[in-house]
Amino acid sequence: MKYKQYVLVCSGTACESSKSKDLIDALYHEVLAADLGADIQIVKTGCFGFCEKGPIVKVLPEETFYVQVKPDDAAEIVQEHLVKGRPVTRLLYDPQQSKAHAKLEDIDFYQKQVRIVLRNCGVIDPDSIDEYIARDGYVALEKVLFEMTPEGVIDELRKSGLRGRGGAGFPTWRKWEFTRQVASDEKYVMCNADEGDPGAYMDRSTLEGDPHSILEAMMIAGYTCGSCKGIIYIRAEYPLAIERLNRAISQAKEYGLMGEKILGTDFCFDIEIRLGAGAFVCGEETALIASTEGGRGMPIPRPPFPAVKGLWDKPTVINNVETYASIPVILMKGGDWYAKIGTETSKGTKVFALTGKIKNSGLIEVPMGTTLRDIIFGIGGGIKDGKKFKAVQTGGPSGGLIPEQYLDTPIDYENLGKLGSIVGSGGMIVMDEDDCVVDVTKFYLDFSVDESCGKCAPCRIGGKTLLTLLDRVSKGTGTDADIASMKQLSTAMQRASLCGLGQTTPNPVLSIIRHFEDELNAHIKDRHCPAGKCSALVRYEIDEEACIGCTVCARKCPVNCIAGERKQPHVIDQERCVKCGACLEACKFNAVIKS
Amino acid sequence: MSEVQGQAAGVEEEDVKLTPELIAFIAEWKPQPGNLIMVLHRVQEHFGYIPRPIAFEVAELLEIPVAKVYGVITFYHFFRMTKPGRHTVAVCMGTACYLKGGQELIDELETLLGCSNGSVTDDGEFGIQAVRCIGCCGLAPVLTVDGEVFGNLKTDDLPEILAQFRGK
Repeated sequence: MKYKQYVLVCSGTACESSKSKDLIDALYHEVLAADLGADIQIVKTGCFGFCEKGPIVKVLPEETFYVQVKPDDAAEIVQEHLVKGRPVTRLLYDPQQSKAHAKLEDIDFYQKQVRIVLRNCGVIDPDSIDEYIARDGYVALEKVLFEMTPEGVIDELRKSGLRGRGGAGFPTWRKWEFTRQVASDEKYVMCNADEGDPGAYMDRSTLEGDPHSILEAMMIAGYTCGSCKGIIYIRAEYPLAIERLNRAISQAKEYGLMGEKILGTDFCFDIEIRLGAGAFVCGEETALIASTEGGRGMPIPRPPFPAVKGLWDKPTVINNVETYASIPVILMKGGDWYAKIGTETSKGTKVFALTGKIKNSGLIEVPMGTTLRDIIFGIGGGIKDGKKFKAVQTGGPSGGLIPEQYLDTPIDYENLGKLGSIVGSGGMIVMDEDDCVVDVTKFYLDFSVDESCGKCAPCRIGGKTLLTLLDRVSKGTGTDADIASMKQLSTAMQRASLCGLGQTTPNPVLSIIRHFEDELNAHIKDRHCPAGKCSALVRYEIDEEACIGCTVCARKCPVNCIAGERKQPHVIDQERCVKCGACLEACKFNAVIKS
Repeated sequence: MSEVQGQAAGVEEEDVKLTPELIAFIAEWKPQPGNLIMVLHRVQEHFGYIPRPIAFEVAELLEIPVAKVYGVITFYHFFRMTKPGRHTVAVCMGTACYLKGGQELIDELETLLGCSNGSVTDDGEFGIQAVRCIGCCGLAPVLTVDGEVFGNLKTDDLPEILAQFRGK
């Protein structure tokens, strides 16, 4: 090692917003002040995944893992740890821990994880091609160019069992094989980085933490399918990822790893970045192509599939960020190695964005087949604030809610499908007793309706009608007949919608009809929202006995609907109340009752 | 967009013109297929929105119908046709933020600023926008002001955040 110690600081988006940039500056300053500039290197890395506890700092070689480090802590880390060799215990994840150097592996958040896609995130400086190369970067490309035929690459992917991580789970090798077989003077390799699923950010972290892995995999796809042009379609809302990708592309070109005659062979490949502009439907590959062509991102019927007629009517292979990130490792270690991880039908690992009412939210990577319980209560540390688990939602607006009795289900494409949900791109949102399934489903449906491109009637009209029906339920005016209509509409949408968006829009609705009948019935029959979320079914009242007439609630009320003299019990005008709950929050005497 | 807003914006927009840099950018992209979205991104980066006269100019320079430009602008959430506030407060409404009180943040901002979601304060200082997931779910609920992220928020934190930006 060139330096005696390395200080790795996370600079993913979440940690940067927790002031990790200032922290890096402070560390530099302190290291120079202590005259350690020659011994210690400070490295800004990609996402460690443990966003809940960011900013994260890791000191090598001892691997001490610090959490929630503030710029003001820099002096202590340098003086105590780097100068005197004593770790700053108060910044460890578990300060009570007996070991002097608590490592990342000691923390339950990391114990069940297997990091293949995220192998370099939080390990290397994403802006340094040298660090990527030092971690076997571009070795797979070299191996493919010099030792493998395109058929050989496809065979290896077939053996690996890798399936598309964008949501649908189509075998990657077949996509490549189809595109390779079509004869054409021009073909395209595209990367779908238009991560639009609310509550999911695995692609963002991968691109920000390890951009070269995507470039390498796209070039391998180019060599295999006979294409020399790659396009990354990325959300404009991810400026940091775009900046790092651009830098990675120019570095790769400088090193002769991209452009003409790559590594001295006849293989040429160039990658260009195209920005998305906020349209969820562009995750659908034909819509993504329409958008890249500069128009409205509306899907078209398939076939012809993009493998035959894609971008500019040329054969095009489109894969998701996470799929690409897995490929260099598979080709280095072999398909058989990869196939040992996971379940019978779903191989390898999957990255999930574990968020919601969970103790340790963050980005995790687990082998397929890990149970939901292991993820939520093991890695995630269970529910926050001692609340009770209600449901976990996977697959975002296209997925469904899964109740407690299925928590021991091993995750794979088929199992989640049987439960009425999907693996999807990897959003995993945990809900507790305070969340209402009707309210959450309305949120998803509202999203899908807003994002429907409007081209086909089942999605455009069906989604809107479903939302109207569900809205009635949430207002206490729904009937059993409405549930029957929702089921019927859902079936029609699943069968007749043009693309995946419309086909999966009913999934959240169907999942609550199936798994949360009691809660749904409470809304319909009892006109009651058990979680107290559906505002139309909530009533705020003031307990005359408990109210001392302090007037705080009346002053806090945004619509002035609370009346009463000072030192006299107050009354809420139910007609005008907007049910915001401000009075409940404001009352110090527990006199406001929510029912 | 309300009538009044449209007219107000119209008055200001008379002087809006493409800068030489923007014209050069458009000329550079013109030969490349699928250029419209990239050009609109650059235009919005410059003006903060896509002013109506500029949309006409873009159509002319790229030699495409204005209808196509309008079609693309209105299809995508990212593009806007009204002038934003000097500071844009974007509240994340991804699922994690929604569950943890994103809507309450919007409600409180509306009360504090006296303008509704999607509009701008009368003095043009702040605009409120509910936005799609910005990918900081670990910090939910989250908002950004001019791109700077503030996480783990409570409604009580909002006045202080706004004060940091007011008048700057």
